[in-house]
Amino acid sequence: MVSSNLNTSKPWLLRPFNERSTQLFLGILFGALALVTILHLAFPEGHALHVSAYTVTLLGKYLCYALLAVAVDLVWGFLGILSLGHGAFFALGGYAMGMYLMRQIGDRGVYGDPVLPDFMVFLNWQELPWFWHGFDMAWFAFIMVLLAPGLLALIFGFLAFRSRVTGVYLSIITQALTFALMLAFFRNEMGFGGNNGLTDFKDILGFDLRSDATRLGLFIATGIALAIGYVVCRGIVLSKLGRVSVACRDAEARTRFIGYRVERVQLFVFVVSAMLAGVAGALYVPQVGIINPSEFSPLFSIEVVVWVALGGRATLYGAVIGALLVNYAKTVFTGIMPDAWLFALGGLFVLVTVLLPKGIAGLLQRRKAPEDSAQAAGQEVTA
Amino acid sequence: MSILRLLTGLLLLLSLSLPAGVYAQSSDSEASALLQALADSSYAQKQQVISDIVSSGDERARTWLEAYADGKLAQTKDTGAFVFVLSNRGRDWTVADALSGDTIGEMSRRNIDRIRINNALRKELEGMLSVIDLTVDDADTRLAAARALKGEVDAALAERIGTLLDTEADDDVHDALTEALAIYQVAQGEVAAVAVLSGSLNPQARVALNNAAQSDNPELAAAAAKALESIQTKLKINSAAETLYFGLSLGSVLVLAAIGLAITFGVMGVINMAHGELIMLGAYTTWGMQQLFPGQPGLALILSIPAGFLVAALAGIAIERTVIQHLKGRPLETLLATFGVSLILQQLVRTVISPLNRSVVTPEWMSGSLMINEALSLTLNRLYVIGFALVVFAGLMLIMRKTRLGLEVRAVTQNRAMARSMGIKATRVDILTFGLGSGVAGLAGVALSQITNVGPNLGQSYIIDSFMVVVFGGVGNLWGTLVAGLSLGTINQILEPWAGAVLAKIVVLVFIILFIQKRPRGLFPQKGRAAEG
Repeated sequence: MVSSNLNTSKPWLLRPFNERSTQLFLGILFGALALVTILHLAFPEGHALHVSAYTVTLLGKYLCYALLAVAVDLVWGFLGILSLGHGAFFALGGYAMGMYLMRQIGDRGVYGDPVLPDFMVFLNWQELPWFWHGFDMAWFAFIMVLLAPGLLALIFGFLAFRSRVTGVYLSIITQALTFALMLAFFRNEMGFGGNNGLTDFKDILGFDLRSDATRLGLFIATGIALAIGYVVCRGIVLSKLGRVSVACRDAEARTRFIGYRVERVQLFVFVVSAMLAGVAGALYVPQVGIINPSEFSPLFSIEVVVWVALGGRATLYGAVIGALLVNYAKTVFTGIMPDAWLFALGGLFVLVTVLLPKGIAGLLQRRKAPEDSAQAAGQEVTA
Repeated sequence: MSILRLLTGLLLLLSLSLPAGVYAQSSDSEASALLQALADSSYAQKQQVISDIVSSGDERARTWLEAYADGKLAQTKDTGAFVFVLSNRGRDWTVADALSGDTIGEMSRRNIDRIRINNALRKELEGMLSVIDLTVDDADTRLAAARALKGEVDAALAERIGTLLDTEADDDVHDALTEALAIYQVAQGEVAAVAVLSGSLNPQARVALNNAAQSDNPELAAAAAKALESIQTKLKINSAAETLYFGLSLGSVLVLAAIGLAITFGVMGVINMAHGELIMLGAYTTWGMQQLFPGQPGLALILSIPAGFLVAALAGIAIERTVIQHLKGRPLETLLATFGVSLILQQLVRTVISPLNRSVVTPEWMSGSLMINEALSLTLNRLYVIGFALVVFAGLMLIMRKTRLGLEVRAVTQNRAMARSMGIKATRVDILTFGLGSGVAGLAGVALSQITNVGPNLGQSYIIDSFMVVVFGGVGNLWGTLVAGLSLGTINQILEPWAGAVLAKIVVLVFIILFIQKRPRGLFPQKGRAAEG
């Protein structure tokens, strides 16, 4: 069903490279990565053009958010599912990475226990809980980064899509899902560090997390992950599966009557999106140095949606633009006048949805509407 | 100095030589003598003196002993008069005459000698005081005294209670006294008394029975064990009733928070994520009214019912006009935009009023609790909230079912175009309905201000729960909201004891998520034309 009888010469993953928008996006992304790297390495500290390690990490954080936004756009823009719980997948990926980083601390923790992380010693735990085993191996942790959010999405999606929960209902139960997970992770008994989460990381794959070189490496890795994530999503969108998923978005019942198994398409796309969110979370944690249950908060998940809305739904590159812009604004605002940030964010929610339904990407497209009218029509969004 | 002593002696002589009083109660001289004995005797003797004071039948005995128990009964060093210490701040203490009760004025601290008391004696006194109370005319005082006696009875008291029982006219006091006596008798090994205690919820009675159950007397032990069993059953029923009450209370809060949403989301189909903030506005209105009427929390609370409704309704209409009407037919965008509004409202409250919680006073007639029996008492404020929730629900039901507005609302939701062609002004109906739903949120806020903290995050903590209730109950169905709210509240309270508050909440959330999978349209799905809105 997926791609058995597609009349295309290339495999689905290579098809995006023929697109101008993807070429442009990758060009700009890699250009920016190279520029930041050069500015960071070539100029000495204090030079006007020097990009500090702090800024590099900040940009790396933005890129993680951008990848998360791409994941959300994949389900919202192309599947019509407004997930208000993608923060949960992001955080699960982050926790998987955090557990690996905790195990890497070894006996350098405050309590010096060779096996148990500090918070477990503090809580008088005698041995490692079963779900912490294996996280001392990087490969296992990296698989879990994909598997943990993927499995949750699989189970949740299977239940939800099979019983045809869609639209607002689905949005609200995704929000309930992340809310329930947040409450659960706040509990010390869960074994994930409770309120404080996981922190005090030392190194990753043997590299010191506090060194500038590691930070730069993580930044570049995030950029590459974003590029891969973008290409994968774009590939899915251009494949037959992608077209079916757009069909599900626009007329679910009709697609079902034609004979497609709508719930399978939805499940596949939803799981891929959750895994991408997990990867974003995993890259986020070593850069900010902490993961705690607040990443599960419904506010964060819904904020991600507004990044996508601002950038423009169903474009993918719009999601990246939105994530970068909003987070840059957040950094600036919280620095200058922290009180005003929620006003600005709230206003953004209202203005974007009322006045700018297609986001910034919509503005860009309107200017070159004649040549791309076919594509724009394909991206007509009905909720 | 010696002159002073002489004078005191003379005074004492004088007072002794005065003729005996003609009062029905004991004369002042007798009273002084009793108090003098209390002051002079050793701790061991004091007990006897106290009994003498009690049995003297003097009406003032109670005030003396109360003051003595509080350490306020004193004797002046210069005149030997007995006084109550009214205030012991500073160098000079305010005192009142112990015999007449008149305030004397200030007196040097050095001149006052407090009559000493120890803890054993204080405990003794408490029992004595209740015996005094048992003879007063007021039945409520007698009842309270009789209840306080449970577990405090000793041999001397038992005898007194025995005689009092014969004359006691009030049934409740009689029962309480019998029980108090039975506790003592069971402790003494009387098997017959066990029957009295069977089914009693008093913890002292349980202690007595527990002790008796381990006694050497097999007959007593068996009887006590049986009585304990019946008490256990009764306690279980009571604790179940208490859980149910807490569940209904939490449930009625959920119903209040969700019922407005049932109108805006359920009937109109508008996702209003700012609903929680409208609740918050209602709560802040209560706080504001209390600032306007300081010292009159009851009046302020009553006035805030219409005020909270109006404030929230106007805010809701403003949101409808500025945001929601532009997003008709795009529920997901409505969700995002109203979420933005909720952020703005929260921050507005933080900036304008305060990021900290405000305290809302509970009026007197709402505080305290209603005592059903000795194991079960219901807090009044929650009882009021349950009642309020039901009243609001009934009111909304009436509006939706019996009024022109309700009819029009249902018509517009079922078929907007057709309703308009029948001459219904759809826009006006939209505004009124949304105002109604928002106003009800304000009412919820007024009620919530009485049982939780009023802060900027108040609404946020209810919004997810509210949506869960509406979805669980079945969208567009007010009865469903009522049943869902009450049952979710009860389920939560039942789970709480063995799962903990947080886990109970998680279990309920997961339960709802699974439930929606099974029945996507809720407990009471809409049927017929209303189903596909």
